Amino acid sequence: MARIGVFVCHCGENISATVDCGKVAETIGKLKHVVLSTEYKYMCSDPGQTLIKEAIKEHNLTGVVVSACSPRMHEPTFRKACAEGGLNPYLCEMANLREHCSWVHEKNELTTEKAIDIVRTQVEKVKLNSALQPIKVPVTKTAMVIGGGIAGIQAALDIANTGHKVVMIERSPSIGGHMSQLSETFPTLDCSQCILTPRMVEVAQHPNITLYTYAEVESVEGFIGNFTVKVRKKAKSLDEKLCTGCGLCTTKCPQKKIPNEFEQGMGMRPAIYIPFPQAVPNRPVIDREHCTYYIKGKCKICEIVCPTKAIRFDQPDEIIELQIGAIVAATGFDIKHADFFPEYGYGRYKDIIDGLQFERLASASGPTSGVIKRPSDGQIPKNIVFIACAGSRDPAKGIAYCSKICCMYTAKHAMLYKHKVHEGKAHVFYMDIRSGGKNYDEFVRRAIEEDHVNYIRGRVSTIYERNGKLIVKGVDTLLSSMPVEIEADMVVLATAGVANSGAEELAQKLHISYDSHKFFAEAHPKLKPVETNTAGIFLAGACQNPKDIPDSVSQASGSAVKVAALFSQNELTREPLVAVVNRMGPPLHSTCVGCFLCQAVCPYQAIEREDIKTRDGKVLKSLAKINEGLCQGCGTCVALCRSKSIDLHGYSNNQVYAEVVALLNEY
Amino acid sequence: MKTGLYPGCSLTGSARDYNESVSALAEAFGLELIQIPDWNCCGATAAHNLNKELSLALPARILALAEKNGLEEIVVPCAACYSRLVVTQHELKKNPELKNRISEVIEMDYRGTSRILNVIEWIDKYIIPLLPEKITKPFNYKVACYYGCLLVRPNKVLNYDRAEDPQTMDIVMTKIGAQPVDYPYKTECCGAGFSISRTDIVSKLSGKIIEDAEYRGADAIIVACPMCHSNLDMRRPDINKYWKTEFKIPVIFVTQAIGLAIGLSPEKVGLKRHFVDVKIS
Ligand SMILES: Cc1cc2nc3c(=O)[nH]c(=O)nc-3n(C[C@H](O)[C@H](O)[C@H](O)COP(=O)(O)OP(=O)(O)OC[C@H]3O[C@@H](n4cnc5c(N)ncnc54)[C@H](O)[C@@H]3O)c2cc1C
Ligand code: SF4
Ligand code: SF4
Ligand code: SF4
Repeated sequence: MARIGVFVCHCGENISATVDCGKVAETIGKLKHVVLSTEYKYMCSDPGQTLIKEAIKEHNLTGVVVSACSPRMHEPTFRKACAEGGLNPYLCEMANLREHCSWVHEKNELTTEKAIDIVRTQVEKVKLNSALQPIKVPVTKTAMVIGGGIAGIQAALDIANTGHKVVMIERSPSIGGHMSQLSETFPTLDCSQCILTPRMVEVAQHPNITLYTYAEVESVEGFIGNFTVKVRKKAKSLDEKLCTGCGLCTTKCPQKKIPNEFEQGMGMRPAIYIPFPQAVPNRPVIDREHCTYYIKGKCKICEIVCPTKAIRFDQPDEIIELQIGAIVAATGFDIKHADFFPEYGYGRYKDIIDGLQFERLASASGPTSGVIKRPSDGQIPKNIVFIACAGSRDPAKGIAYCSKICCMYTAKHAMLYKHKVHEGKAHVFYMDIRSGGKNYDEFVRRAIEEDHVNYIRGRVSTIYERNGKLIVKGVDTLLSSMPVEIEADMVVLATAGVANSGAEELAQKLHISYDSHKFFAEAHPKLKPVETNTAGIFLAGACQNPKDIPDSVSQASGSAVKVAALFSQNELTREPLVAVVNRMGPPLHSTCVGCFLCQAVCPYQAIEREDIKTRDGKVLKSLAKINEGLCQGCGTCVALCRSKSIDLHGYSNNQVYAEVVALLNEY
Repeated sequence: MKTGLYPGCSLTGSARDYNESVSALAEAFGLELIQIPDWNCCGATAAHNLNKELSLALPARILALAEKNGLEEIVVPCAACYSRLVVTQHELKKNPELKNRISEVIEMDYRGTSRILNVIEWIDKYIIPLLPEKITKPFNYKVACYYGCLLVRPNKVLNYDRAEDPQTMDIVMTKIGAQPVDYPYKTECCGAGFSISRTDIVSKLSGKIIEDAEYRGADAIIVACPMCHSNLDMRRPDINKYWKTEFKIPVIFVTQAIGLAIGLSPEKVGLKRHFVDVKIS
């Protein structure tokens, strides 16, 4: 005989503001088999949980329904409380009165009625629940970090230093990410390379880290603790063991006019190239798209000059398969470029550049050796304009959010300019100065007060060229909206930070969510900023949203702790909410007819073939069998199976029917 | 297909030259243009500043008349009228209640099905395909294409060309042999309706537009809006006085330029009506 306890939560006022919780508890209390129905302000709090634990013992409950928020929020909490009260945790169900009812409806009787209906379905369901045992799976204690920017580097080093193995996948020929391109960094103006390159070297030399550069994730299968990841190692056209990194080939390559990505197109590189002198690994790759040999079938000069005969023109891409326990996505971000802006000439004017280009001009290792020279004619600009929020905070441009880093780097740029060109004039057009952060506002004030950067609050409507000058037309909203016109020698756009190219494809391979801007989505905006919705996959750095270095590094360390915690276990328990194909005695063995249609539809390749054999090994029947380690409980096979041989633990057909019937019946 | 024509007040008044050139092109290319019978004022700049319902009812009546007369497509050469008509269609499509209300006001059925073309769209659709064989006197000049505001704005509603850096007129001009200059003033304000109340403002703003076109070496400014034309052409004496200079650059309607390129006479396309002498043909 079922003895069900129902616990209605007010969720502070989140539920009780629109749902009459007292009435819900009272009505449900009258249902058959419900021996206890009660309400409380915060069921998830300690007293709330104690209430459940004690009621289980006192009323000898066989099932519990907690009518509260989404199971995604607190199902684990309440199942654990039930277990502590002596009830199998899978005999606990949640009725979602918050997201499915109180938050989406107004306060009235119908809302309360709907709440009662939601609880009734769960009462009928829980009566049919069976006591399940969690599934135990082993943990592969190797982490994969995707992306080798500062976030990926930090996560990899932190994990590796806990003693676990790390594989780092970086798609470009070197690790370092955007930070390697920066000149000096706010708010301290320390040199980016000086703080970054030692860490890049540490990654390469760490005994626990295996680094694959020029490599990309091809596919990801499996689940937390047990991912199988295929990685495509793009052909570098080089035997890395033989290459000494002397760089002779790069100096002799006749193909010299390829826009240098690292210099943001402001310099040229050959077809065989090392992205920058401090690159890790310090070995070249051949860019096959531009190499004369791959285009015309002739050249091979690099092969001839290479003293160790390391060039391999026929090297194929290689696919390797790795067993991975946890994944950190750290693929960073990108920025919009000047050609995004029609009002600023769609990239037509050479001296309108973006922030990363300015970083390269200001960098000692950049194309101008750190002298601020404008791209068109190499002159030092006497009058320079910086435009903040270029594209950001502008729904008309499709980027409604604040890019967060640009106020700060614009102040930095203006300051760097003033430090290098003392007699020059620097102007910044801004909407608001957003400089929240330790020592950040002080930094901006310094630019304004000590370096006399002219901050103008207002937008720039258009820029055009005249008499060799860039005419910047804007408005000063603090000067009763007076139009401002500045004749500039160079303009720097603090363009919006956007998701990196390929982010969407990668998210789909990883089965993680992403937002409408293609930034990866965290599991909870406040309480789970490092986790994704897919267990075992974590986020670090600007792949989640534009972030500065301190934030990227903090999050990376956070993700490393999550991975280490996961790896501190030898076995993981998984929810036993998986599908089963029924089995019975001979001669039938199962109602499964062995059509294996389910095998074709299972998105997780969880369905195997089991042969029922006689003693002498003759195959009597082939039946579908579900690998509970792989099954994600999606239910696709259940819906498809024509002989109704598959059922889903925790969501059996009977349970679902009971829910539907409950709704159809009067109470 | 028959195309309806909504001339609006300018084409029958201050911009008769524009009207003549549109008709001349239609005749030369064998295109049938049917003036919407019994058309009324589109409300211009006044109505939508005073009374929203009125500002929608006036254009709605024009569109309803087009529908009633079986004109599925209408061309509106005046950029301001074009804007009023498209905005009305957009607003009423968004808001069915308002649509019913406006139908009541105008005492006519309004469905909102007519396709509204601006003059460049009309040229693109009907003239460009036939143009190559017709060109007898390529318009071999440097031109500054001036779009003004209403031809491309509000972009979300018109969904036509690029609001900040429009190109369509430049492309049409290249098809008749002209060389458009890189012209940053193509969508700057000419002063619009201030033409009458604050001529000084128009003189200042339009003066800049003209000055930059001359600076960039253009032989002519090309326009597709009677309002722009009157500010840049008719107000030239005021502009010259304000700027204390003698701007000479003529201002030509896009339809006039095409007319000249296919060998029509300056009189035929209304060039003789201009205030600033057009010496180029
Ligand atoms: C102009 C400018 C100036 C800045 N100045 C400062 C400053 O002064 N101080 C500061 O704190 N911050 C600054 N920042 C912000 C700083 O650049 C970022 O905080 C930092 O780069 C974020 O690091 P990340 O590792 O998350 O991403 P990234 O630096 O973008 O690195 C991501 C890495 O992942 C790799 N990757 C991408 N996709 C894949 C894939 N599919 N597979 C494998 N690998 C992939 C990329 O190749 C790259 O190496 C500035 C940013 C800009 C644009
Ligand atoms: S073969 Fe390709 S990479 Fe080698 S030198 Fe020639 S162009 Fe350069
Ligand atoms: S950080 Fe500053 S410049 Fe960047 S989008 Fe936000 S407000 Fe604009
Ligand atoms: S429920 Fe069925 S289809 Fe879904 S993962 Fe499990 S076995 Fe595959």
